[in-house]
Amino acid sequence: MSSNKKYWKSVEELDQNSSVVETLKQNEFVQEIPTDEFLGDKASLESSSTTRRDFLKYVGFSTAAASLAACEGPVIKSIPYVVQPEEIIPGVANYYATTIADGFDFASVLVKTREGRPIKIENNTMAATNGSANARVNASVLGLYDSLRVKKPMKGDAEISWEQFDAETNQALTDAMNSGKEIVLFTQTFASPSTSRLIADFKAKYGNVRHVQYDAVSESAALDAFQAKYGERGLADYDFSKAMTIVSVGADFLGDWQGGGFDSAYAKKRIPDHGKMSRHIQFESNMSLSGANADKRVPVTPTQQKMVLAKLYAEVVGGSVSVDLPENILQAVTKTASELKSAKGKAVVVTGLNDINAQTVALEINEYLNSEAFNTASPIKTRQGSDKAVSTLVSDMKAGKVGAIIMSGVNPLYTLPNAADFAEGLKNTKVSIAFSMKADETSTNCTYIAAAPHYLESWGDVEMKKGHYALMQPTIRPLFDTRQFQDALLKWSGSDVSYHDYVKDTWNSSILNGGSFNQALHDGVFVSNVSIDVVEEATTEEDTAEAPSTNAARALASSAKAGSGLELTLYSKTGMGDGQQANNPWLQEFPDPISRVSWDNYLTVSKADADKLGLKNVHVATGALDGSYADVTVNGTTLKNVPVLIQPGQANGSVGLSFGYGRKAGLKDEMKTGVNAYQLYSDFNNIQSVTVAAAAGMHEFACVQLHNTLMGRGDIIKETTLEIFNTYDKEDHKHGWNKIPVVSLNHEETPVTSPDVDLWDEFDRSIGHHFNLSIDLNACTGCGACVIACHAENNVPVVGKEEVRRSRDMHWLRIDRYYSSEDSFEGDNEKKDNISGLGSSLSEFGEMENPSENPQVAFQPVMCQHCNHAPCETVCPVAATSHGRQGQNHMAYNRCVGTRYCANNCPYKVRRFNWFLYSQNDEFDYHMNDDLGRMVLNPDVVVRSRGVMEKCSMCIQMTQKTVLDAKRDGREVRKDEFQTACSAACSSGAMIFGDINNKESKVAHLKEDDRAYHLLEHIGTKPNVVYQTKVRNTTEA
Amino acid sequence: MKKSYQSLEDNSTNNMKQVIYRKLTANILQLGFILLLTFSTTLNAQEGDPAKGKSIFNTNCASCHNLDRKMTGPALRHVEQRLADDHGLDREWIAAWIRNSAGVVKSGDAYGNQIFNEYSGTPMTAFPQLTDQDISDILAYTAQEAVVKKPETPENTNSEGAANGGTSNKIILWALALLFALLAFALVLVRRTLNRFAEAKGIEIPQKDKGLPLWKAFVQNQFLVLVTAIFFLLTSGYFVYGYLMQVGVDQGYQPVQPIHFSHKIHAGDNGIDCKYCHSSARVSKTSGIPSLNVCMNCHKSVVEYTGETTAEYSKEFYDGEIQKLYAAAGWSDADQKYTGQAQPVKWVRIHNLPDFAYFNHSQHVSVAGIQCQTCHGPVEEMEIMYQHAPLTMGWCINCHRDTEVKVQDNGYYEKIHEQLSKKYGVEKLTAAQMGGLECGKCHY
Repeated sequence: MSSNKKYWKSVEELDQNSSVVETLKQNEFVQEIPTDEFLGDKASLESSSTTRRDFLKYVGFSTAAASLAACEGPVIKSIPYVVQPEEIIPGVANYYATTIADGFDFASVLVKTREGRPIKIENNTMAATNGSANARVNASVLGLYDSLRVKKPMKGDAEISWEQFDAETNQALTDAMNSGKEIVLFTQTFASPSTSRLIADFKAKYGNVRHVQYDAVSESAALDAFQAKYGERGLADYDFSKAMTIVSVGADFLGDWQGGGFDSAYAKKRIPDHGKMSRHIQFESNMSLSGANADKRVPVTPTQQKMVLAKLYAEVVGGSVSVDLPENILQAVTKTASELKSAKGKAVVVTGLNDINAQTVALEINEYLNSEAFNTASPIKTRQGSDKAVSTLVSDMKAGKVGAIIMSGVNPLYTLPNAADFAEGLKNTKVSIAFSMKADETSTNCTYIAAAPHYLESWGDVEMKKGHYALMQPTIRPLFDTRQFQDALLKWSGSDVSYHDYVKDTWNSSILNGGSFNQALHDGVFVSNVSIDVVEEATTEEDTAEAPSTNAARALASSAKAGSGLELTLYSKTGMGDGQQANNPWLQEFPDPISRVSWDNYLTVSKADADKLGLKNVHVATGALDGSYADVTVNGTTLKNVPVLIQPGQANGSVGLSFGYGRKAGLKDEMKTGVNAYQLYSDFNNIQSVTVAAAAGMHEFACVQLHNTLMGRGDIIKETTLEIFNTYDKEDHKHGWNKIPVVSLNHEETPVTSPDVDLWDEFDRSIGHHFNLSIDLNACTGCGACVIACHAENNVPVVGKEEVRRSRDMHWLRIDRYYSSEDSFEGDNEKKDNISGLGSSLSEFGEMENPSENPQVAFQPVMCQHCNHAPCETVCPVAATSHGRQGQNHMAYNRCVGTRYCANNCPYKVRRFNWFLYSQNDEFDYHMNDDLGRMVLNPDVVVRSRGVMEKCSMCIQMTQKTVLDAKRDGREVRKDEFQTACSAACSSGAMIFGDINNKESKVAHLKEDDRAYHLLEHIGTKPNVVYQTKVRNTTEA
Repeated sequence: MKKSYQSLEDNSTNNMKQVIYRKLTANILQLGFILLLTFSTTLNAQEGDPAKGKSIFNTNCASCHNLDRKMTGPALRHVEQRLADDHGLDREWIAAWIRNSAGVVKSGDAYGNQIFNEYSGTPMTAFPQLTDQDISDILAYTAQEAVVKKPETPENTNSEGAANGGTSNKIILWALALLFALLAFALVLVRRTLNRFAEAKGIEIPQKDKGLPLWKAFVQNQFLVLVTAIFFLLTSGYFVYGYLMQVGVDQGYQPVQPIHFSHKIHAGDNGIDCKYCHSSARVSKTSGIPSLNVCMNCHKSVVEYTGETTAEYSKEFYDGEIQKLYAAAGWSDADQKYTGQAQPVKWVRIHNLPDFAYFNHSQHVSVAGIQCQTCHGPVEEMEIMYQHAPLTMGWCINCHRDTEVKVQDNGYYEKIHEQLSKKYGVEKLTAAQMGGLECGKCHY
């Protein structure tokens, strides 16, 4: 049916004379399409003899040729050793005990090597001190394969040889000595007996030598306080497994407080045993790991912390102080004091205030309490730095008093608050030598960069705490032409022994006391009751140490005066620490346990303060988190455009900012994230008075958890109080704290465990192994070592900030962190249960999305739950995921076609999809994109390609290996021999893996424990991961 | 006959086992030669038995001495004669030296010290257990003349035979072809003659009605077209599938290796255990390509090939390959020491499993006790190594279905075997019943 109607496309067509209309009649577009831009110019197109048909022929031919060529297999070369080392069998891992001592992290570890390549760090269970690797130590193996390492000694920008380096530096040092100027050794804390001895030798040779030790994150006040009280430079050791009442005033002792490593002992007493567990009270400003784990957390500003501590002292020890604290805090302090008094020797008080009086007060309280957890006889040696000495050095350098400076393990131009002064000082110093693995901020400004080896390529020793020694040994031949600081010192001292022999000599002569060096090297650790006093410098230390006031508590209280602005607490993040490993993509992508933000640091602000200052956190359309920028000013130093994160639990009137970010030199562009908080670290005080002003623009965060509350769904994280736990049965009608969920069957409530309500028939799994993983929510501190261990073991790719922001993070194991919306999770549950009617549900569910001002916090590691009745398995159209008899949910990557049905059907959201090819792809320029970085890959686990789903395999490569070892030896698998990467990395005992068919195993008992429950049990997936109900000790003594 | 052949072996200087010749004529020829030799050796060393001497020599001396070549120690052919002629040393001196060379050196004996220093001060192992008779036997053995090996000719006869076979076949074929051609020609002739007769007799040959040509009839019959089309589709589908299924399956892959290593000579002729060289197969996932020091364990003394040769693989060829090994290992045969100039060998890997398939040799070799040949084929017959099995998943699975788990004397299997066999009601369990078909056992 034809029509005469004319349809106008635009008003333009009404104009008969419009040239546009005329042109459009002839051409589709008004303007010429700029074909020249992508096809080349017209002339060259016309001159080409290739017709369209020819072109199509070429395309067809090349496509066919390419696809035919793809059918040809590549020729793979295999190159065996010429002389195979005796201890290496290709395909079999070797383990070496060694020690990391990078000035911030000190730990005795085992290094797994394959064909001579270190590929993973594991805990050294033989170590009595610091035998557990935290997230950073776990990730440190990747630093060995950093493609940006300095490969040869350098002078300025030019690579030189070690011969030239030796000749020139020897001359320079001699010149410095002759000129009467000082030679300064500016180093990290080595805590190494051999290095101390060596430096003494060096001093003997050159005379006018000063050794300044520097900790980027200072513990100087605690050291000074300890030294003043006990006459020895060290830190009091705490064994939290001996404490039943733990009070922390601003000390994140589960984080990096005083060197860290206290968490495993702490976790021991957190598991209710015969109705008893420790009680932990935390007064703090920033929400820290310790605060998150505390039974009672009181948010206080740093100034109030001082008052709290002084008041505690007054209440416990005696004396009077006048403090100005709000009523509720005062009450909390009084209660805490009475708890401390009643616990007596079972109580301990720690503080993180970098204030000599505060530290002295803490020591005095512990001494008064006669705390069993408190040990001053064998102090911790892993922090030695002195703020005063560093300040003196900087001014001396500026004054030109220093002739030569040799640095090792420090990066002052990045970490010093007064970096500009140091830079000026460097200019006034004739020769500067930096032993560094990187061309970083400092080393690039030095005369020479002495290419230093990674700790996995070095020899060394560490005195972790008095009498507790550890050895460092190379686990790989140096990758580059490097030399360690100590070897250079030996050369300069005119000695021709290697540092290896030197260490051996030190140990044989003064540490081992007749023991075998090889045995110590094998164990990696040695505990001696003979303490050696290395007299390196007794005199200099004394005059650098400060002395506390005679009445520390009163002094502390009187010093507690709030400034006008907000109070900033600088802290170190679990992932980044002091920032040495900023070029480590694993750590950059590691989500902070508290904020769950990766690839950034940020100013943590309380909700109330944020509203006052006009700072916002919003979720954009993709769900990703955006935050306002703020300018932060301390004493006239302004840090511009600091991203702001609203942190529940942040004390009003305080803000927090972490160290370790904002590095600019010696790292890939992708890793140049965050802002440098060291600029605000004036006087090495982690507490600063700041002014915060909102700045324009919004920052894009890469936050992996976008929903922060549990919404009253108490079956995700089951928790109860110690009182209820001790009093009532778990199935108690009213107070039951771990009831089996019920579902309706024929209108009758039937427990979900009943076979009647199951869709599937149960298989018999009683034969052979049946693996289960138990996760104790009480012992888990959220430290994240398991996340990195999983990364390393399973070749999990790093996807980068943009992809994390799109929720495409690949972590097989995540640690969910939940905040309560009410004061406690209990309150959330009640609120949800009391909701009735549409109106109330709309408003109250809305409220429940917002965390409380001072929320309870719970951590929950979640990985594939390996459901016996797995929802993912039934929806896979190609049967790429299936169940094994041993309980593992298998994933055959080569079979997967990437429909992602499984991920959609997984109630735990643990499946990860490879949106891209993450290895050998320039778009993802992380370790898997260079030959060096790929050396860290575990050869037993395949690197997944684009378009396939992946997930936790319950480390099937490890269970298979354990089984094979047993088969080869012709024996049964030993009790608790099975491990996964996460359970092996967990030093707090939160993760226990094993075979439940072996009734003797720990996990078999844990599965039957009263506290045991499954995640989302009511959906009947029958997971093989079992959680232990969290119990909080809310009993106020 | 056999006995005399044995004595030929005695004369040969290598300690490799030789393959018995089958050619009667050659043996008869050699027999005379051997008899002659045996006679002459008896003349030279009256008291010793060279046959016994050889066995003692091979047990005790051969790791450092060769009759004709300098090795760790000097060459020993006619040593007694030489010492007597050049240095005036008698058998007693030799015996003393063998039993305790260090003692002789210490005593300040001139020649003893000279030889000690010549061989860079390496003392000879003392053999106090050797009796006078033993030493006589050894000396008898060393006093034998070197045998110049007669060039072998088995290939020629072989190829002749093959050539003969080939010729006869060809002739038959040609004859047949000729016969058929003649027949065809005859048929044409007959037809033509008959036609001519018919023409002559005036008989008209009726012209047959041509009808539809076959192809037109075919095209008109749509059913037939359909069936044919389906047939062609199915057939091509079959072949395409077959082609696609062999993509990536490299059965028979036989790359050229940088050194022509003959598994036939090592594992076959000399019967070396696979796991002597591929030792990591016992404990590791990889069987391991032996490092060059493993090769040099034997090839320090095995410097030339003395076995059977063919036209393609001559003795010179094999010796050249041994020289390649020396070059790679950085071994100087002349100086009997390593130069330190090693050059790792870039072997071409033959058995390539994809990354996503995990295979562990020790599970199969040590635990299951499977012969290497089960998967790798008759390696001991392979002059050039090739991939015997398809290495496809189906191939793995089939074996797992059929193979019974070796549970005897393995503490690991005791309980699980008892329970599982009860469950499945079988005496012996297959790998599949043990869980050997689960995806995750090989794919992670």
